[in-house]
Amino acid sequence: MVDHAGDALAERLASIRASYPGSEPDMVADVVRAVLTTMSGDLSAKETSVLAEVEELGKTIASAKAEIAALRVDDITEAHIPFATDELDAIVEHTATATNAILSSCETLDDVAGGLSGESAAKLQDATTRIYEACSFQDITGQRITKVVGTLKAIEAKVAQIVATFGGSSPQIRPNVAAVDSEAALLNGPQHPAVAMDQSDIDRLLASFE
Amino acid sequence: MPIDKSMNVLIVDDYKTMLRIIRNLLKQIDFNNVEEATDGADALAKLRAGNFGLIISDWNMVPMTGLQLLQEVRADARLKATPFIMVTAESKTENVVAAKQAGVSNYIVKPFNAETLRDKIEKVLGHG
Repeated sequence: MVDHAGDALAERLASIRASYPGSEPDMVADVVRAVLTTMSGDLSAKETSVLAEVEELGKTIASAKAEIAALRVDDITEAHIPFATDELDAIVEHTATATNAILSSCETLDDVAGGLSGESAAKLQDATTRIYEACSFQDITGQRITKVVGTLKAIEAKVAQIVATFGGSSPQIRPNVAAVDSEAALLNGPQHPAVAMDQSDIDRLLASFE
Repeated sequence: MPIDKSMNVLIVDDYKTMLRIIRNLLKQIDFNNVEEATDGADALAKLRAGNFGLIISDWNMVPMTGLQLLQEVRADARLKATPFIMVTAESKTENVVAAKQAGVSNYIVKPFNAETLRDKIEKVLGHG
């Protein structure tokens, strides 16, 4: 029985391969269905059930492939991701412009403070110091946005890779791989405040080396 | 002995806004001779051409990072004794350890305030 079933399956598969060199899973599913028909009576109920499940699996794979192939990956790689990164770049540019305008005004105030004396001068200088400190947000914001852009590019590369694997041709996006060396692992940018070490943690760590 | 505030200070950062902020904060504590560099390679060229009493550098820059700059400085016979403060958003333990092993004089995490900057400068110049 096994030899008979095996021969029939091999024969039909060979026939399909000869006729259709680029056989797709739905063709394989057809073969399985046909073989199941010819094997009626030769298989037990359990074996028939297993083969039916294999057939269903083939259909599911074929359906998934069709859905992935239908994804508009070009929209993701050519429109959505570039749009998002452009928007983020614009945020950095605009915050830099605004920060520099604030700094220019602050420098003017500093010059004015230099011509004053006493409590007024001290108050003015204290205020400008606080403004300078606050303006450093632009640097941190820029570094965080750079990390987000990197993440978006990684997603873009992964999506293209998945579509190329399961859905046929798609544009090949090369992941932006930074030079891998021991220091690369140390370049992580700003950490989330909830988990980052603050200045006092760093001071304690440095002191532990003394 | 009071700190010689007329010394040349080199500040290194690839964000021009950050250079401007640090320059202004240094000016407020009377360090007026400040030069700027936008990456490690630019900084190294300026250090070798000039005479600086203090280096304040960011870490995350290209092509030469602040850590590589620190290593170059410590490997240079003429520059190796120059106090070096790392000012960076990199705040992981391994970063601080790597910087310390490379010979950093002190380490400031961004965002920082003027008081921290003044305090670390005084410490590395021997008055803290």
